Amino acid sequence: MTDKSEMVKKSDTEVQPAMKQAEPSIRPAVDIFEDEGGITLHADMPGISKDRLNVKVEGDVLTIEGDAEIPMPEGMQPLYADIRATHYQRSFTLGGEMDTEKVEASLKHGVLTLRIPKREEHKPKKIEVQVG
Amino acid sequence: MFGSTGLFDELQRIQREMDAVFGAAPWANGIRSSAGAFPPVNVGTTDEAVDVYFFAPGVDPDSLDISIQNNVLNVAGERHIIREEGASYYRMERFDGEFRRSFSLPDDIDPEKVDAAYKDGVLHIRLQRKESSKPKKIKVS
Repeated sequence: MTDKSEMVKKSDTEVQPAMKQAEPSIRPAVDIFEDEGGITLHADMPGISKDRLNVKVEGDVLTIEGDAEIPMPEGMQPLYADIRATHYQRSFTLGGEMDTEKVEASLKHGVLTLRIPKREEHKPKKIEVQVG
Repeated sequence: MFGSTGLFDELQRIQREMDAVFGAAPWANGIRSSAGAFPPVNVGTTDEAVDVYFFAPGVDPDSLDISIQNNVLNVAGERHIIREEGASYYRMERFDGEFRRSFSLPDDIDPEKVDAAYKDGVLHIRLQRKESSKPKKIKVS
Protein backbone atom coordinates (compact mmCIF):
# COMPACT_ATOMS: atom_id res chain seq x y z
CA MET A 1 0.00 0.00 0.00
CA THR A 2 2.66 2.45 1.06
CA ASP A 3 4.77 1.66 -1.95
CA LYS A 4 1.90 2.22 -4.29
CA SER A 5 0.90 5.63 -2.91
CA GLU A 6 4.51 6.74 -3.14
CA MET A 7 4.61 5.77 -6.76
CA VAL A 8 1.48 7.75 -7.50
CA LYS A 9 2.92 10.79 -5.75
CA LYS A 10 6.12 10.56 -7.71
CA SER A 11 4.45 10.38 -11.08
CA ASP A 12 2.22 13.31 -10.14
CA THR A 13 5.21 15.55 -9.56
CA GLU A 14 6.75 14.41 -12.80
CA VAL A 15 3.69 15.35 -14.80
CA GLN A 16 3.33 18.83 -13.36
CA PRO A 17 6.07 20.74 -15.20
CA ALA A 18 4.60 19.78 -18.57
CA MET A 19 1.18 21.05 -17.54
CA LYS A 20 2.58 24.40 -16.49
CA GLN A 21 3.69 25.40 -19.98
CA ALA A 22 2.94 29.08 -20.30
CA GLU A 23 2.19 29.51 -23.97
CA PRO A 24 -0.73 27.55 -25.38
CA SER A 25 0.13 26.06 -28.71
CA ILE A 26 -1.54 24.03 -31.41
CA ARG A 27 -0.06 20.70 -32.46
CA PRO A 28 -0.52 20.67 -36.22
CA ALA A 29 -1.96 17.52 -37.80
CA VAL A 30 0.59 15.78 -40.02
CA ASP A 31 0.92 13.10 -42.66
CA ILE A 32 4.35 11.48 -42.88
CA PHE A 33 5.53 8.93 -45.39
CA GLU A 34 8.80 7.44 -46.52
CA ASP A 35 9.92 6.33 -49.94
CA GLU A 36 13.29 5.21 -51.23
CA GLY A 37 14.72 8.71 -51.42
CA GLY A 38 13.58 10.12 -48.11
CA ILE A 39 10.75 11.26 -45.88
CA THR A 40 7.96 13.68 -46.76
CA LEU A 41 5.92 15.53 -44.15
CA HIS A 42 2.73 17.52 -44.70
CA ALA A 43 1.49 19.70 -41.82
CA ASP A 44 -1.76 21.66 -41.52
CA MET A 45 -0.86 25.18 -40.38
CA PRO A 46 -3.69 27.50 -41.45
CA GLY A 47 -2.97 31.21 -41.10
CA ILE A 48 0.78 30.73 -41.53
CA SER A 49 2.60 32.75 -44.17
CA LYS A 50 6.18 32.16 -45.29
CA ASP A 51 7.68 34.89 -43.11
CA ARG A 52 5.98 33.62 -39.95
CA LEU A 53 7.12 30.02 -40.32
CA ASN A 54 10.19 28.57 -38.65
CA VAL A 55 11.61 25.15 -39.56
CA LYS A 56 14.78 24.10 -37.77
CA VAL A 57 16.90 21.07 -37.05
CA GLU A 58 18.86 21.00 -33.80
CA GLY A 59 20.89 17.84 -33.32
CA ASP A 60 18.51 15.20 -34.58
CA VAL A 61 15.32 17.06 -33.61
CA LEU A 62 13.23 18.67 -36.33
CA THR A 63 10.91 21.43 -35.12
CA ILE A 64 8.22 23.22 -37.07
CA GLU A 65 6.64 26.29 -35.55
CA GLY A 66 4.96 29.53 -36.42
CA ASP A 67 2.33 32.08 -35.48
CA ALA A 68 -0.92 32.32 -37.41
CA GLU A 69 -2.06 35.71 -38.53
CA ILE A 70 -5.81 36.18 -38.49
CA PRO A 71 -7.21 39.56 -39.58
CA MET A 72 -9.68 40.71 -36.95
CA PRO A 73 -11.69 43.91 -36.69
CA GLU A 74 -11.34 46.13 -33.62
CA GLY A 75 -13.55 45.35 -30.68
CA MET A 76 -14.54 41.86 -31.74
CA GLN A 77 -16.50 39.76 -29.29
CA PRO A 78 -16.15 35.97 -29.41
CA LEU A 79 -19.21 33.88 -30.22
CA TYR A 80 -17.72 30.44 -30.84
CA ALA A 81 -14.20 29.02 -31.06
CA ASP A 82 -12.65 25.69 -31.97
CA ILE A 83 -9.21 27.30 -32.23
CA ARG A 84 -8.00 29.10 -29.11
CA ALA A 85 -4.33 29.74 -29.81
CA THR A 86 -2.28 31.13 -32.67
CA HIS A 87 1.05 29.42 -32.02
CA TYR A 88 1.87 26.16 -33.79
CA GLN A 89 4.61 23.85 -32.64
CA ARG A 90 5.59 20.22 -33.15
CA SER A 91 8.88 18.32 -33.05
CA PHE A 92 10.13 15.02 -34.43
CA THR A 93 13.30 13.02 -33.92
CA LEU A 94 15.16 12.22 -37.12
CA GLY A 95 17.30 9.18 -37.74
CA GLY A 96 21.00 9.63 -38.52
CA GLU A 97 20.45 8.51 -42.10
CA MET A 98 18.52 11.69 -42.93
CA ASP A 99 20.40 14.49 -44.68
CA THR A 100 19.38 17.49 -42.59
CA GLU A 101 21.44 19.87 -44.75
CA LYS A 102 19.13 19.26 -47.69
CA VAL A 103 15.69 19.70 -46.18
CA GLU A 104 13.31 21.43 -48.59
CA ALA A 105 10.26 23.32 -47.36
CA SER A 106 7.31 24.75 -49.22
CA LEU A 107 4.02 26.30 -48.15
CA LYS A 108 0.71 26.43 -49.99
CA HIS A 109 -2.76 27.33 -48.71
CA GLY A 110 -1.59 26.84 -45.11
CA VAL A 111 -0.08 23.38 -45.71
CA LEU A 112 3.62 22.97 -45.03
CA THR A 113 5.47 20.35 -47.07
CA LEU A 114 8.91 19.17 -45.95
CA ARG A 115 11.12 16.85 -47.92
CA ILE A 116 13.96 15.32 -45.95
CA PRO A 117 16.24 13.26 -48.20
CA LYS A 118 18.28 10.30 -47.04
CA ARG A 119 22.04 10.53 -47.27
CA GLU A 120 23.30 9.02 -50.50
CA GLU A 121 24.94 6.06 -48.81
CA HIS A 122 21.64 5.14 -47.13
CA LYS A 123 19.55 5.04 -50.25
CA PRO A 124 18.67 1.48 -51.19
CA LYS A 125 20.64 0.07 -54.07
CA LYS A 126 19.16 -2.31 -56.50
CA ILE A 127 21.10 -5.51 -56.93
CA GLU A 128 20.79 -7.09 -60.30
CA VAL A 129 20.34 -10.80 -60.28
CA GLN A 130 22.54 -12.44 -62.87
CA VAL A 131 20.90 -15.26 -64.66
CA GLY A 132 23.62 -17.78 -65.41
CA MET B 1 3.78 55.68 -32.82
CA PHE B 2 5.20 52.17 -33.29
CA GLY B 3 8.78 53.16 -34.02
CA SER B 4 11.14 51.01 -36.08
CA THR B 5 9.70 47.68 -34.92
CA GLY B 6 6.19 48.79 -35.86
CA LEU B 7 5.31 45.88 -38.11
CA PHE B 8 6.49 43.30 -35.63
CA ASP B 9 4.59 44.99 -32.80
CA GLU B 10 1.53 45.06 -34.97
CA LEU B 11 1.77 41.32 -35.64
CA GLN B 12 2.20 40.66 -31.95
CA ARG B 13 -0.78 42.84 -31.20
CA ILE B 14 -2.92 40.88 -33.67
CA GLN B 15 -1.82 37.63 -32.10
CA ARG B 16 -2.47 38.83 -28.56
CA GLU B 17 -5.87 40.04 -29.63
CA MET B 18 -6.81 36.72 -31.14
CA ASP B 19 -5.56 34.84 -28.09
CA ALA B 20 -7.43 37.25 -25.84
CA VAL B 21 -10.68 37.08 -27.78
CA PHE B 22 -10.80 33.36 -28.43
CA GLY B 23 -8.53 31.98 -25.75
CA ALA B 24 -10.36 31.94 -22.48
CA ALA B 25 -14.14 32.29 -22.68
CA PRO B 26 -16.22 29.60 -20.93
CA TRP B 27 -17.32 27.89 -24.09
CA ALA B 28 -20.45 25.86 -24.62
CA ASN B 29 -20.40 23.75 -27.75
CA GLY B 30 -23.04 24.19 -30.41
CA ILE B 31 -25.54 21.38 -30.73
CA ARG B 32 -24.57 20.81 -34.36
CA SER B 33 -20.84 20.70 -33.70
CA SER B 34 -18.89 17.51 -33.24
CA ALA B 35 -15.53 17.28 -31.55
CA GLY B 36 -12.64 17.37 -33.95
CA ALA B 37 -14.81 18.36 -36.89
CA PHE B 38 -13.02 19.65 -39.97
CA PRO B 39 -12.55 22.47 -40.52
CA PRO B 40 -12.28 24.10 -37.07
CA VAL B 41 -14.22 27.37 -36.89
CA ASN B 42 -14.06 30.61 -34.92
CA VAL B 43 -16.85 33.16 -34.93
CA GLY B 44 -16.64 36.72 -33.65
CA THR B 45 -19.01 39.66 -33.74
CA THR B 46 -18.87 43.43 -33.88
CA ASP B 47 -21.60 46.06 -34.15
CA GLU B 48 -21.17 46.06 -37.92
CA ALA B 49 -20.67 42.42 -38.83
CA VAL B 50 -20.24 38.79 -37.92
CA ASP B 51 -16.84 37.34 -38.88
CA VAL B 52 -16.50 33.60 -39.40
CA TYR B 53 -13.09 31.95 -39.79
CA PHE B 54 -12.76 28.43 -41.18
CA PHE B 55 -9.31 26.93 -40.63
CA ALA B 56 -9.28 24.86 -43.82
CA PRO B 57 -5.75 24.46 -45.16
CA GLY B 58 -5.03 22.77 -48.47
CA VAL B 59 -8.51 23.24 -49.87
CA ASP B 60 -9.07 24.19 -53.47
CA PRO B 61 -11.01 27.50 -53.16
CA ASP B 62 -13.11 26.49 -56.19
CA SER B 63 -14.43 23.47 -54.30
CA LEU B 64 -15.95 25.67 -51.58
CA ASP B 65 -19.71 25.98 -51.56
CA ILE B 66 -20.93 28.77 -49.27
CA SER B 67 -24.64 29.48 -48.81
CA ILE B 68 -27.05 31.15 -46.42
CA GLN B 69 -30.55 29.79 -45.94
CA ASN B 70 -33.03 30.65 -43.20
CA ASN B 71 -30.25 32.43 -41.30
CA VAL B 72 -28.02 29.39 -41.29
CA LEU B 73 -24.59 29.65 -42.88
CA ASN B 74 -23.52 26.47 -44.66
CA VAL B 75 -20.00 25.84 -45.85
CA ALA B 76 -19.18 22.69 -47.78
CA GLY B 77 -16.10 21.61 -49.66
CA GLU B 78 -13.63 18.85 -50.06
CA ARG B 79 -10.02 18.16 -49.42
CA HIS B 80 -8.68 15.27 -51.35
CA ILE B 81 -5.32 14.04 -50.18
CA ILE B 82 -3.37 12.15 -52.80
CA ARG B 83 -1.55 9.23 -51.21
CA GLU B 84 1.81 8.30 -52.60
CA GLU B 85 1.74 4.77 -53.92
CA GLY B 86 4.41 2.43 -52.67
CA ALA B 87 5.43 4.72 -49.79
CA SER B 88 5.22 3.62 -46.15
CA TYR B 89 2.93 5.89 -44.14
CA TYR B 90 3.83 6.55 -40.52
CA ARG B 91 1.16 9.13 -39.74
CA MET B 92 -2.11 9.99 -41.45
CA GLU B 93 -3.71 12.58 -39.21
CA ARG B 94 -4.88 15.10 -41.78
CA PHE B 95 -8.52 15.18 -42.78
CA ASP B 96 -9.29 13.62 -46.16
CA GLY B 97 -12.69 13.85 -47.82
CA GLU B 98 -15.79 16.01 -48.02
CA PHE B 99 -16.84 18.34 -45.22
CA ARG B 100 -19.84 20.45 -44.30
CA ARG B 101 -20.37 22.78 -41.36
CA SER B 102 -23.40 24.89 -40.48
CA PHE B 103 -23.86 27.83 -38.17
CA SER B 104 -26.93 29.68 -36.97
CA LEU B 105 -26.47 33.39 -37.55
CA PRO B 106 -27.83 36.35 -35.61
CA ASP B 107 -31.20 37.54 -36.96
CA ASP B 108 -29.92 40.85 -38.28
CA ILE B 109 -27.51 39.57 -40.95
CA ASP B 110 -27.95 41.00 -44.43
CA PRO B 111 -27.60 38.00 -46.78
CA GLU B 112 -26.82 40.38 -49.65
CA LYS B 113 -23.72 41.72 -47.93
CA VAL B 114 -21.40 38.79 -47.51
CA ASP B 115 -17.72 38.67 -48.45
CA ALA B 116 -15.51 35.60 -48.47
CA ALA B 117 -11.73 35.42 -48.86
CA TYR B 118 -9.36 32.45 -48.69
CA LYS B 119 -5.80 33.21 -47.59
CA ASP B 120 -3.07 30.94 -46.21
CA GLY B 121 -5.63 28.19 -45.66
CA VAL B 122 -8.08 30.35 -43.69
CA LEU B 123 -11.51 31.05 -45.16
CA HIS B 124 -12.77 34.34 -43.73
CA ILE B 125 -16.46 35.10 -44.26
CA ARG B 126 -17.68 38.52 -43.26
CA LEU B 127 -21.43 38.91 -42.93
CA GLN B 128 -22.62 42.46 -42.46
CA ARG B 129 -25.50 43.33 -40.22
CA LYS B 130 -28.54 45.07 -41.68
CA GLU B 131 -28.32 48.84 -41.72
CA SER B 132 -31.42 49.10 -39.54
CA SER B 133 -29.82 47.15 -36.71
CA LYS B 134 -26.49 48.96 -36.57
CA PRO B 135 -26.17 51.31 -33.63
CA LYS B 136 -27.28 54.82 -34.53
CA LYS B 137 -26.86 58.14 -32.90
CA ILE B 138 -30.11 59.94 -32.35
CA LYS B 139 -30.07 63.68 -32.41
CA VAL B 140 -32.24 65.55 -30.03
CA SER B 141 -33.92 68.41 -31.86
